[in-house]
Amino acid sequence: MQLKQKLEILADAAKYDASCASSGTEQRNSRDGKGIGSTTGMGICHSYAPDGRCISLLKILLTNFCLYDCVYCVNRVTSNVPRARFSIDEVVELTLAFYRRNYIEGLFLSSGIIQSPDYTMEQVVEVARVLREEHDFRGYIHLKTIPDASPELLARAGRYADRLSINIELPTAASLSTLAPEKDGVAIRVSMARLRERIDASKDKTPTGKRPPCFSPGGQSTQMIVGADATDDRTILTTSADLYGRYRLRRVYYSAFSPIPDASPVLPLQSPPLVREHRLYQADWLMRFYGFESHEIITGEQGMLALDIDPKTAWALQNRAIFPVDINRAPKALLLRVPGLGVRNVQRILSARRVRAVRLDDLVRMRAPISRMLPFIQLPDHHPGATLDAVSLPARLKEIPAQPQQLGLFL
Amino acid sequence: MAMHMVYLKHETDMDGWRDAARRLLMLEVAPQDVSWSVKPAQEPGADLSRVQGDIFAMSSAAASLDDAATMHDTQDAPRLMVSRQFVELARMVILHRAPERFGLLYQVLWRCQRERGLMRLTGDADVARLHAMAKSVGRDKHKMKAFVRFRETRVEGRLRYLAWFEPEHHIMAAMASFFIGRFASMDWTIMSPRMGMRWDGTALQFLPGGKPEELPEQDASEALWLSYYRHIFNPARLKLKAMQKEMPKKYWHNLPEAALIEELIAEAGARTQAMLERPPEAPRRKIVGYKRKPDDGVIK
Repeated sequence: MQLKQKLEILADAAKYDASCASSGTEQRNSRDGKGIGSTTGMGICHSYAPDGRCISLLKILLTNFCLYDCVYCVNRVTSNVPRARFSIDEVVELTLAFYRRNYIEGLFLSSGIIQSPDYTMEQVVEVARVLREEHDFRGYIHLKTIPDASPELLARAGRYADRLSINIELPTAASLSTLAPEKDGVAIRVSMARLRERIDASKDKTPTGKRPPCFSPGGQSTQMIVGADATDDRTILTTSADLYGRYRLRRVYYSAFSPIPDASPVLPLQSPPLVREHRLYQADWLMRFYGFESHEIITGEQGMLALDIDPKTAWALQNRAIFPVDINRAPKALLLRVPGLGVRNVQRILSARRVRAVRLDDLVRMRAPISRMLPFIQLPDHHPGATLDAVSLPARLKEIPAQPQQLGLFL
Repeated sequence: MAMHMVYLKHETDMDGWRDAARRLLMLEVAPQDVSWSVKPAQEPGADLSRVQGDIFAMSSAAASLDDAATMHDTQDAPRLMVSRQFVELARMVILHRAPERFGLLYQVLWRCQRERGLMRLTGDADVARLHAMAKSVGRDKHKMKAFVRFRETRVEGRLRYLAWFEPEHHIMAAMASFFIGRFASMDWTIMSPRMGMRWDGTALQFLPGGKPEELPEQDASEALWLSYYRHIFNPARLKLKAMQKEMPKKYWHNLPEAALIEELIAEAGARTQAMLERPPEAPRRKIVGYKRKPDDGVIK
């Protein structure tokens, strides 16, 4: 089979993994003239596909042959999609060729399970080893780890990778055992705990002051599929909060289940609206950067996030008693709860108000989304008065185009 | 008061600007009495050697606050008020293409001597403008890291990598260290309409502006990249605004993969419909059920 054809099949097989991040790792370069590549700590998205997703890494499977029969997966054993397998050298050469042309930040390698979890993991790790040791590749490597692989293999993976991830796949153990019978929810969590231990240990200095060997400096992440089962948003966010807390994940990715070629008849025919995925990301942001608890965020009925309004505004509307917030006096935690006010502008307000009172004009020049904020804030030259308690406020706010927090807007 | 004319050596002459600003402040020259301009190059490419000299001075001082320190340490001169925030912003703003940037920077520096805490006021009209300019430059630099596309070609047995990029601001020289840090072992050239730069594996050289036609027409791996782009796209989710927000159309003509976008969008609906309508099919191969070996479990 031609390389081009393999690439097509194995990119098709990899695209349902949402993660493409190349951020959060240590800083490296190859200024010394040896090897190739650098990482800046900040991710770089080299391109974008019309699905709105960033293309930062060469995201491929080593092979899409797979023994498992996870019904949501395009590569499950019972699917009739075309199959292919890269050789280790092919992946290495492809990564380097793309990297030299500045198409990518590095490689995100995953694989279907062939022969055994250990065998598969060994192949995946070997690609990373060859890149690092034989080609002195200093770009980004993200490896998908297989929870059932041996701890020794996970340890080796962490030595070469900037980030490791294990997909939790589904928000509940029950859904996992129904939809992914070969996967073991407990084993997934045990592996995450092991990775956390090693990642934490690599950051501590040993008693002798020596730096321990590097282990996945960009941490670990996971992905949850949304809409393939009936789990509500409340449960999803509770699971995320638990994962962030327990395993100190860098990111939980939410992937709206989307139609796949040769889908299993067990799956819902209808995919969830993409805006649901967007709302989950917004809620996730609120938990990680805005001090919200997972249980506070769900304000809609039946444990779901409202689709027609962003979760922060929805929360504010249900808690109007604490508003208006005085921009010049409120503590940081409260400023972070103001709809439309992002982390950066909160910092700017805190800094500015030590010099003089912040006025409406200041917020306009900070490019804060004023129309969204006005009902909730108080300034020397503004008070919302009755607009805050108006019955028509929710409807009015829904008219204002939402400010995307991180992802672009859905169409 | 007579107008003070300042001539800077080139578009990103931070040292020249700083020296002039320091002198002007000492003489208490008000911002409206200064006219800033860049000395036109005597011949094409003549200013490149100056940029060349500066860029190495700049990179050795990079990330430190040397600039701020020098401003403080001028001997037998009154202490100037320069905050770290100002120095950091100025480094970015000086790369902006707007000719008024030199004057605006001086105006803010002038006001800093008189208004305590000015740099903290992001809502101040002048400070907000500096932030907006710095943001625009930062974005331009980031997009250059992302969207430069090299084509590989062989010249006298040696591999060379060539790219054409059109930055919005005067960022070319400031980006050299990023590309050297990443591709130090390669022989690469990045050209733009205003100037180019070449790294031959050991030394950096700035070149006069060029034309996109100088790019090689072919590249051995570009077709694979296009295949990858086509296949990593999921037709069941179109989010065109999200794409264009991060990859605006003005960059498309220099991105080989962008030529595919229109076609991918046009086909997406039908491809998704086909997936939805396709009746489930029994596996065409014999399926052997996977068994976890009893000793295969992770928990022991």
